[in-house]
This record gives sequence, C-alpha cells and structure tokens, in this order.
Amino acid sequence: MNPARKRTARLVAALSAALVLATALIYTSFSAASPALSPSQLLHRAQPGRSYQLTGVVVGGSVRRAGGVLYFAVADRRGSSNVPLSYTGTVPDPFHEGREVIVTVRKEGARFVGERDSLITKCPSKYKAAPAGERQNY
Amino acid sequence: MDALVVLLTLLLVAGVLIVISAPLRARAGERPGTREREQSRGEPERAALEAEREAKYREIRDAELDYRTGKLSREDYEAVDAALRREAIAILDSLEHALPPSSDRLEN
Amino acid sequence: MAALGSGCLVLSLAICAYGIVAAIYGVRSKRMEFTDSARRAVYALAGVLTVAFAVLELAFLRNDFAFNTVADTSSRTTPALYRAAAVWSSQEGSLLLWAWLLSLWSSLALFLMRRRLRDVCAYATAVLLGFGGFFVSLMIFYATPFATTSPAPAEGAGLDPLLRFPTMVIHPPMLYSGYTLCTIPFAFAVGALLTRRIDAEWIAATRRFAFAAWLCLGVGILLGARWSYSELGWGGYWGWDAVENASLMPWLTATAFLHSLMIQEKRGMLKVWNASLVLATGSLAIMGTFLVRSGILNSIHAFGGATLGVPFVALIGVMVAGSIYLVVSRRAALRSEHRLDSLLSRESAFLANNLVLVGLCFVIFWGTYFPLISEALNGTAASVGPPWFDRYTVPLALILVLLSGIGPLIAWRRATLASARRNFAVPLGAAAIAVLALLAAGVPGRPLAIALFACAAFVFASIGQEFARGVRVRREIAHEAVPAALLSLVRRNRRRYGGYIVHVGIAVLFVGVAASSSFQHATEVGLSPGSSTRVGAYTVSYVRPTATVTPAADAAHTGSSMSLGAVLDVSKRGHHVATLRPSQGYYDSGEPTQGSVGQLIGGQAVSHISMSEGALRDVWSAIAPNISTPALQRIVDAGNRTLPPQDAPIALGYLARQYLQHPPAAQFHFIVSPLVMWIWIGGAIVFGGGLIAVWPPPSAVVRRVSVRARPRSAGDPVRA
Repeated sequence: MNPARKRTARLVAALSAALVLATALIYTSFSAASPALSPSQLLHRAQPGRSYQLTGVVVGGSVRRAGGVLYFAVADRRGSSNVPLSYTGTVPDPFHEGREVIVTVRKEGARFVGERDSLITKCPSKYKAAPAGERQNY
Repeated sequence: MDALVVLLTLLLVAGVLIVISAPLRARAGERPGTREREQSRGEPERAALEAEREAKYREIRDAELDYRTGKLSREDYEAVDAALRREAIAILDSLEHALPPSSDRLEN
Repeated sequence: MAALGSGCLVLSLAICAYGIVAAIYGVRSKRMEFTDSARRAVYALAGVLTVAFAVLELAFLRNDFAFNTVADTSSRTTPALYRAAAVWSSQEGSLLLWAWLLSLWSSLALFLMRRRLRDVCAYATAVLLGFGGFFVSLMIFYATPFATTSPAPAEGAGLDPLLRFPTMVIHPPMLYSGYTLCTIPFAFAVGALLTRRIDAEWIAATRRFAFAAWLCLGVGILLGARWSYSELGWGGYWGWDAVENASLMPWLTATAFLHSLMIQEKRGMLKVWNASLVLATGSLAIMGTFLVRSGILNSIHAFGGATLGVPFVALIGVMVAGSIYLVVSRRAALRSEHRLDSLLSRESAFLANNLVLVGLCFVIFWGTYFPLISEALNGTAASVGPPWFDRYTVPLALILVLLSGIGPLIAWRRATLASARRNFAVPLGAAAIAVLALLAAGVPGRPLAIALFACAAFVFASIGQEFARGVRVRREIAHEAVPAALLSLVRRNRRRYGGYIVHVGIAVLFVGVAASSSFQHATEVGLSPGSSTRVGAYTVSYVRPTATVTPAADAAHTGSSMSLGAVLDVSKRGHHVATLRPSQGYYDSGEPTQGSVGQLIGGQAVSHISMSEGALRDVWSAIAPNISTPALQRIVDAGNRTLPPQDAPIALGYLARQYLQHPPAAQFHFIVSPLVMWIWIGGAIVFGGGLIAVWPPPSAVVRRVSVRARPRSAGDPVRA
C-alpha cells in the first residue's frame, strides 16, 4: 500500500473507533441517567423501581434519626409539595433543615427510599442572588 | 473620610494616565519612526528563524541521545542525523539572508 | 472607602476600553507607541485592581460590616486568616479575585514578551483586556463587592465553618490562577491566528504560559481533592461533581497541548489541532468559571437562581464562534509541513496520547453537561452518576498510563523495530511479574485495578531503564560517578527527563487511586464506649467520649460552640496502630426561635474527621454523636426556659458533662483505604517533574552543535 492510502486507512480506522466510542457513550448515558425532579414532579410521575434525582429543600422539623437510618422530607423550593423519605449512608456536613439537597431515590411501594451514599447537600448561601427588592447602596 | 477618598481616587487616575500615556509622550518628542517600521518588518522573521534554529539543535541532540540509549540503530541514526543537519543548514542559510540585526543599521 | 473601590472598578473599565482600542489601532496603523500604551494599560489595570482588592481585604480584616459582602460572610468571631480568605467566598469577592489575578498574570506575560512577537502581543493585549473588562462589568452591573448598607450591622453572618480549613484558603486562588492563566495562551493564539504567525517563536512563548496554566490548575485540582478527603465527612477525594469536572477538562486539554506542541515544533504538523486545543482550553476555563456561578447544573457548588448565566453564555458563545471562525479562515497558514513518517515513532505515541486525553475530556464534558443535553432533547434534566463516569474514564486512564510508558521506549521520527523489541522486553517482563506477584499474594480479583498496576509497573520499568541507559551514556562521555552522572543527565536534557519524572508521578498517582477505590473497606456502625468493630484487617474500639466547650470569643478556634467526639483505638492483630479523635462541631445557628441554648448548637454541624495516614493505608474515621437523647434534650430545654442568651453558654458546660458521664451510642463511619498517600505523593512528583522540564537550562549547557561538519560516513566515531 502506498503511503497515501496507508494514511487514509489509518484516518478511517481512527474515526471509526471514535464513532464507536461516542455511540456507546451516548447510548449508555441516556439509559443510565436518572431524571432530576422536584418533589411535586416526583409525586406525580414516579414509577416504582426507577431511580430519580430529587432536588429540593429539607423541610424544617422533619429530620429524625433512628438506628442507622435518616428520615427527612424534601419540599419544593417554592411550593407546598412534600416528599418524606428514608436514607442510609453518608450524610454530608452541610446537611441541615432549610438547605438544598440532591438525593437519588426509588419508589418502593408507597414510600421513597434514598439510595445509599447518594445524598448531596449544597454549600449554603455562597453565591446567593440578592433578595428581591433590596436596594444596594454604593 | 470623603475628602480622603476623593483625593486617593484622583491620585489613582493621575497615576494611571501617566503610566498609559508615557509611550505616546515619548514618541511625540521624536521624529517619525520609519526606523521602527523597517525594524519591525524584519524582526519577526529573524526571531522565528532563531527559535527554529534552537529547536533544530535540540532535535539533533535528542536524536543522538536516542541512538546512544539504544532506540535507534546505527543506520537509522545516521539517516535521521543527516536529515536534521540538512534542515539546520537550511535554517542557518535563511538566517544569513534575512535582514541583518538592527544594531547594524543604527550606525548608518 | 467603598466609594474608592467602586471608583476603581469604573476606572478599570475605562482602562480596558482604552487599552482595547489603543492595541488594535496601534497594530493596524503600525504605531508602536499605541501598542506600548495598551500594554501599559494592562499594568495600570493590575495596579488599580490591586487597590480595589486591598480595599476589600482591609474591610474584611477591620470587620467593616457596612460592606454587604463582609456582613454576609464574615463576623467578629471568625479568625483573622479566614476573614482574609472570606474575601473570595462570595460571588462578588470571587469575581474581584478572578479579575485581579487575570490582570496580574497578563501583566507578567506581556512584560516578558514586550520585545518579541509585537503584533501578536498587541492582539493578545486586546483579548486579555476584553476578558478583564467583562469581569469588571459583571461586578459593576450585576454583583458589586462594594455595596454598602447603612447603618452598618453590628455583627456579620460569619464564614461557613466548612470553609474554615487552611486548604480551602489556598484552593480558590490556586484554581483561579489556573483558570486565568488558561486565558493567556488563548489570547496569544487569537493574536497569532489574526496575524498568521503560528511559528517557532509563538510555540516557545505559548509553551511557557500553557505550562504555568497546567501547573496552577493541576495543583488547584489536587488541593481540592485533598481538602475533600482530609476535611469533609465524606471520605472521598473525587466525586465527578460538575465543578470538579469543570476544572479537570481544561487541564486535560492543556496536557494534550503541551505534548502535541512538541510535534509541531519538530515536524511542523498538527497546527490546526494545536490551535484548536489552545482555544478549547481557554473556552473550557471560562465555562468552568461559569458553571459555578450560574446554577444551570445541580451540583454541590452551583445554585439555582443566580443572575450571571446570561452574560457568561454570551461570552462563551463569542469565544467558541470566534475560535472556529479564526481556525477555519486561517487554515492556509495552518497547513502541515510534513506527514507522520512512521507509526512506530514517538510522534505516534504523542498523537495517541492526545487522542486519549481529548477522548477523556469529551467523556467528562458529555457526562457533566448531560442534564442540559437531555433537557434539550426530551424535556427532563437527567444526570449520570459516578458509575457512568468510571466506566469510561477508567479504561481511558489505563491506556494513558500505558502510553506514558511506551513513549520513552521509541525514538522520534522513526524507530527501528528490532531495537524497539529489545527495549520493550524488560518493561513487559516487569508488568508480567507484577501481575503474577499480585495474584500470588492473594489480592482479590479486580481486573481493572490489576491491569492498572501492571501498566504502572510497565511505566516504572520503562522509565527506570531510560534513566539507567542515560546514566551509562553520560558516564561513557564524562566518566562521572553515578549520582553526578544522573544530575548532569537531567540538567542537560531537562525536557526529556523532567517529562519522564512527570510520567512516573502520574503512574504513582493512579496506583494510589486504583488501590484506594478498588480495595477499600468501609463500615458504618453505631458504637457505645467500650465496644469495637472490625474494618478490613483493623479493629477499632471506642475508648471514651470527648467534649469541649469553646467560648465564642476564642478566635484561635474554628468557631464552634461545642464539639463532641470520641477517642478511638485502632489496632491490628492485637498491636496498637493509632489513636483517632474524630469529633463533631456544633455551630451557632443565629435563630432565636430555637431558644437561647438551642440556638448555640442548632446551626450546621461540621464533622472533624480523624485519620491515621500511612505509606500503605489510611485509616479514616468520622463521628456523628447523638445529641437528641432525652437526657441531653432536658438540659437544652431547661436552658432555653431559664437562661437569657448571654448566659446560655453555661448550659453547654452541663451538656458536655452529661455527655461525658452518660455517653449515648454514636454513629461512626470508618474507612480503610490502601495507598491513598501515594496519590498526593504522585501529584507532587508530577508537578516537580514539570518544573524540572521547563526550567531554563544554564547557558553553559546550551551547546552549539557544529552543523557545517562534513557528511558522516560509516566508521566515523560519533562525536559527543
């Protein structure tokens, strides 16, 4: 094979490999992903057995520990829907009532169970937007 | 406090203006810079060729090290070395034909 | 004083506007005085932003709560070091830090380049001032650090306890230095493309800045991982969180660029590829900065509802579109001078390395931005978790480590097959021995981890062989003793041997990562004093509880009102190994509704982990004490009822005593991870090796090779 054809062959091989990798990547990402839902969306749409990423605010007064299990409820940022769940696993330091959390949950029967070690709590108020209506003096 | 702030701000603005306008004021007191224009035309090519020359010298040394640490056979090394030296000579030739360094022209 | 700060911002914006105009006018009309003036505008910008930064720092150090930023993130009880660092814990302050660091690094870069690449520098100046102007505008119009409230509040909210660690003090400046340094090669690439001067001089200049970006970004990432591991109550060092990934991506493209730049230097190839890599690195760095502030992705750092998203998207759009336009319209100047000579050459290995690194970057990019992609495609923002990332990045990392061992064994341009076979023998043997030894030692079958150990053994043997042969060559020439030969070998060939050291460091780092993730033992268990549990080969016993009460005015402490913990004894086969003292600190919540005593401990609780680090394993422990037992609650309630806020700390003493005398069972988290220390050691080796590789050689070492020698004939001795 002359050099030019060798080069083209190499290019085709490399591109094909990249294409295969990209396809595998894209395909598995859609099937492996868990949709991010707010509590109200979760209550409406959750199907048993599938896992979802629940994002919301920890409801004040709902946090309870019994044995090695943490019980708490997650509410919409603005709204009234409330999802109680039980969780085992690492609890991040910033976890606290009123903080925003992300936790992967599955619906088991009528209850929601958090997946082990999937609880993430957002670093509090680092980059919060200015509250509406507050005037800034320069 | 307010007077101090105003004073500091004015000082800052003055400092900035002095720093930024220095080249403009320096140029205003001299004749038009045809010299600079000619220099800057030749400079880029010279500098690029010098950088290429350094890179080529490094390649020659690397090839020798490759041979001596057993990654190249004798024949391969001599072929590569000859090719590299040819390329280096070409660069040196181009350098000689490029505009001479600006220090020569100052004397004119 | 805040007015001075605001004035500095406005002045900065004016300087940026002037500088951009002056630079472009100067270069187009060939009037050097204007490009010089533009360069000085960058120096002036650095000076003015330094004043602004100093104003803000002073406000923090002096507890000037009139400044909203100070009131939000600092307090009188925050220790001085953390007060100083609190400047960059808020949106506004971190924008100022970013702009200030950008101006400093840009000044340095343009100062170093003031006599060379004049045309390129002029456009680079304009680009860098453009970035500066963008960030200053963000501060002026969206999030100013100099907003004040009057009358000033008496006390501030205090710095989040999670940030009161030394590592967190240095991590943002390091990371921001990395991000801002990425914009410098970007700016120079734009300049070079505009002036069609992608030549050897540009290569030499850009390499230096790209390396500085690579170094700072890499150290910043490593520090972040170290903070996560040694301070947070999670026990991990990498979670594939969006912001972690955002900083890793430009680092990967920068690494690829540093390698492929060598190919362009030697063979005049890959010019389009290199230009694209540099532009991508700058764009990824800005995207990383944007991710943290915009709230578009759910992550530990990013939040919903922030207002900065739109300007950043506009900037990134301009950068990406502009980059594509530049590369496409200048493709004639970017044509390759040569082709790849042979597949068996170091150039090939470098190309493969580039492909793997860019592949890694793509995988991480896809996974990180997947919520946005899926939302655009089917309406729901779905995210992928660490298992997905691991599935693709682990094999790619394996190939990368393997390549870093293959590269040193083959020559540039064209390697001889016979010598290649000879050179591969020892490293392959080492890899095989490593696999057999691990299997024989009864290491549990984790194929990926064992594959990585084999690749690492390959790398160590390959590079060891290179050093040995190099030393032998040196001794043949100069008849030096081995240590002197080693030193002079490295000194005379810094790029090569510094690079080898970097690869050794990478292999060591991945060995640590593989061992600590695949062979970890973790337990979560409730223990009472006197009881114990097994974790891996270790036995951990809860010896006794600890309790400390700190007065609020104790500035040397991290500010917790009370902390409860335990003393743990760790032993292995009956021999004492370590004593661990994990604790949980309770902080003031500032909410009077919890009662005078309840408020003192009702805030965030921060875990202070305790670990024993060793060359072979780390034993890590965290505690979550139970403070809601009836006995403890009775004390809190009694205090709430009877004590006014200023006397409430008395109750903490009672609480502590009660806890010590009748300690309830506490929840413990134990992790035994092998070889974690080698991650940090490997990282240090990587950056040390990098410094060696770019350190300029002493001029005496730069030998002039006599080029006009007569052509060689067989039989001529090779001249040293």
